[in-house]
Amino acid sequence: MAVIRDMMPAFELLQPTSVEDTVALLQRHGERAWVLAGGLDSLDWLKDRVKRPETVVELGGVGELRGVRPTADGLEIGALTTLSEVASHREIVERFGVLSTAARHVATPQIRNQGTIGGNFSQDTRCWYYRGGWPCYRAGGNTCYAATPQSMNREHCVFGASRCVAVNASDTAPALIALDAQMVIRNAGGERVVAAEDYFLGPDIDITRMTVLEPGDLLTHIRIPSTWAEARFYFEKARDRQSWDFALVSVASAIVVAGGQIERARIAVNGVAPTPVRLRDVENLVQGMQPNEDTAAAAGELAIRGARPLRHNDYKLPLTRNLVRRALRALDA
Amino acid sequence: MEILRRAANPWGQEVLVGIAWDLMWAALIVGAVFVVAHGIYVRWIARPTTPEEAFVSGAGVPERVTRHTFSSRVFHWLMALAMFALLLTAFLPIVGIRFPWVTIHWIAGLVLTLTIVYHIFHAMLRQNFRSMWVGVDDVSEGSRALARFFRRSRGLPPKPGKYPLDHKLYHHAAAVVSVVAIVTGVLMMFRIDTPFWNQNPYFLSDSAWGIMYVLHGLSGVALITLIIAHIYFAVRPEKRWLTRSMVWGWIQREEYLLHHDPERWVLNGGRAGVAGVEADRVEVAGATSDTEPSGGA
Repeated sequence: MAVIRDMMPAFELLQPTSVEDTVALLQRHGERAWVLAGGLDSLDWLKDRVKRPETVVELGGVGELRGVRPTADGLEIGALTTLSEVASHREIVERFGVLSTAARHVATPQIRNQGTIGGNFSQDTRCWYYRGGWPCYRAGGNTCYAATPQSMNREHCVFGASRCVAVNASDTAPALIALDAQMVIRNAGGERVVAAEDYFLGPDIDITRMTVLEPGDLLTHIRIPSTWAEARFYFEKARDRQSWDFALVSVASAIVVAGGQIERARIAVNGVAPTPVRLRDVENLVQGMQPNEDTAAAAGELAIRGARPLRHNDYKLPLTRNLVRRALRALDA
Repeated sequence: MEILRRAANPWGQEVLVGIAWDLMWAALIVGAVFVVAHGIYVRWIARPTTPEEAFVSGAGVPERVTRHTFSSRVFHWLMALAMFALLLTAFLPIVGIRFPWVTIHWIAGLVLTLTIVYHIFHAMLRQNFRSMWVGVDDVSEGSRALARFFRRSRGLPPKPGKYPLDHKLYHHAAAVVSVVAIVTGVLMMFRIDTPFWNQNPYFLSDSAWGIMYVLHGLSGVALITLIIAHIYFAVRPEKRWLTRSMVWGWIQREEYLLHHDPERWVLNGGRAGVAGVEADRVEVAGATSDTEPSGGA
């Protein structure tokens, strides 16, 4: 079990200043390397001595990973851009407001000043059994301590369980999925681009990983196409306290309304499954419908179809249903 | 090389959690080394088998001798499909090929279980159950085959009945390993939700679960080596008549007479091919039966 200590175990600290150097270092050290961006997820792991990397590659000096740049088809956000900058960047606020709202809901101002968009998007699960250092499935063991009859699993998943019942806790993930963002990943073999919704791995596919990032991979940029610019956005995060807390459930939507009907929609929720969940069935349902209470109610019901709550988290069903309803109701406002 | 993985459970007890996946690579390497070594032995070291004339009584032996019935072949290939599905879904994710494997894995495991249950009853009720037993004759056959293998003897070992000793030993090894994999696998299904039951991680204690995972893992990696050997012998030129028989069900009369002792594999309840009216002189060239330590189709 994890014991918080004052000092982290020793590791070799590498501080590259370019993406090329970073990728070369990550290739050289492979699984022994740990990528450190804002450090808000990483330092807990290291101080708790649950993760003991031999090498830490600290990205603070890689300037090309910072900042927001316009592209021919939208925006490109460096993975090391702070959440505060994302929350306040004028073009993001004006054209992709769901992302700035989501970033503004992360934790506290201090954490947003330090935390990065790449780190928030790629963060590990908050399951305390896992983070406590117990040998659960996700840690390479053969048990999910959160899925036993006596478990405290109030924050765990209602969808997508496959042995592990942890949830993804990122606030920016549903927003970026709603915006159809593309994740740019570099490694020694080159660059690949992965859609935001495909960036996450469920436990049915890989129970020890949250994302498609392999050893040697570096998330460099997030590209947001103009497809959903200036759509009607909605983001809401339900949490136990209104600051410095992770989402129990969050919803993000981008919806285009034309001629009194929903022309197209992208809706994603988080905190309900091991990965952020894009609600494709709901999107298909509401397309062509009028944005009214009936549509919202139907969307909410459909959003929780197939949910399987654990012992202590069935409250997530009405919560998810109502958040999706509210996302649709907002169109009618 | 790490063999077993251990971890401290929430009560501070050190428990087994599974095998180290280094063993998967070890099993692959053992299988590959066996294939290469056997190939070298057959090609360059084994005593050459000269064309052989065998005076055998072939009268009454049909042109095609049924070696595997249709139901046996269906069982074999269903079991093979299930086994491949199990091994691929078990080990591909470990080498980095990711897909939702759990459901496919347990369904394939159920198929394997059902085929083996069928096989047990079919062998007991419809087949000669004793044909797979290892008897005194088999021990004698095996010792003479070993003597020839190690070049201590020039004489060919006696011909076997329907199943040579190496086939019987392979069958028994595969049976033991498969049964271990099935029993532990069925128990491990209590760790997941299935249409039959909801998961119950407390069905066994932590340490007992650890043993289940270790046994399941060990049987899984053992099957890698066993199946490499099996496929290797199935595709070897001198064994293709056996592989063919697992596809079409029959072997040719000459193959029956050359590779089997009609006294020990009696056809159709009679002594056809042994006490025929007249002796056929069957000449067969270039076939070997003394070099394989294991398996055939």
